[in-house]
Amino acid sequence: AATLAGPVLAQDAAPAAAQTPTKSVEEWIAEFTGGSEVQEGGVTLTAPEIAENGNTVPISVSAENAAEILVLATGNPTPGVATIKFGPAAGARQLATRIRLAETQDVMAIAKLEDGSFRQAKSNVKVTIGGCGG
Amino acid sequence: MAKNVKPRVKVPKSAKPGDVITLKTLISHPMESGQRKDADGNIIPREIINRFVVDFAGQNVVDVTMEPAISTNPYFEFEVKVDQAGEFTFTWYDDDGSVYEEKQSIEVA
Repeated sequence: AATLAGPVLAQDAAPAAAQTPTKSVEEWIAEFTGGSEVQEGGVTLTAPEIAENGNTVPISVSAENAAEILVLATGNPTPGVATIKFGPAAGARQLATRIRLAETQDVMAIAKLEDGSFRQAKSNVKVTIGGCGG
Repeated sequence: MAKNVKPRVKVPKSAKPGDVITLKTLISHPMESGQRKDADGNIIPREIINRFVVDFAGQNVVDVTMEPAISTNPYFEFEVKVDQAGEFTFTWYDDDGSVYEEKQSIEVA
């Protein structure tokens, strides 16, 4: 289904098509946490077990006392999904949206809590039809 | 440039002081990921909304940085605590520099 990885881009690597280098999952996490330890639990990631259509997969993230939540799709060609910052008027540290998943993979949420600690949760989503196709 | 971009927001007309209300927003936008190819095999350039900000009565509710993995017609649902009447502002920022704004007031009594 999804043939979006590096080799395809490399073949037609005209300078005009040059893309910004893709940040890896590890780089996203390191940038977000500044290298701090990330503990399991304390953040809830709700995603379907099976997504028939990877173009629009409903997900929801929440974490009590979260200042920020980073969402990553670890199996996408570019793993970044969203970074959510909560302001003083937020009624709950919670957000639902719809995302694209290229293939079956783990979706990941990392929360930065107000006390400066980091929490994470993962959820595996089986994707029937990939959502980055071209 | 993205065409026919239309923001939609769902805000209750009224609430009681201290209520936590749920807001839903949708904006029609292709969210071209920069990964797809056209019929000739050329990559279709990235063209997405990259940021979404909601404020209520001058205070921030959420500030979302969006990547190409957000689906076409970005949808968000979130909660807001309302202590007093005020105006919501919803702002979407497009890669092409366009800014789409929507406002809606709520009565609190």
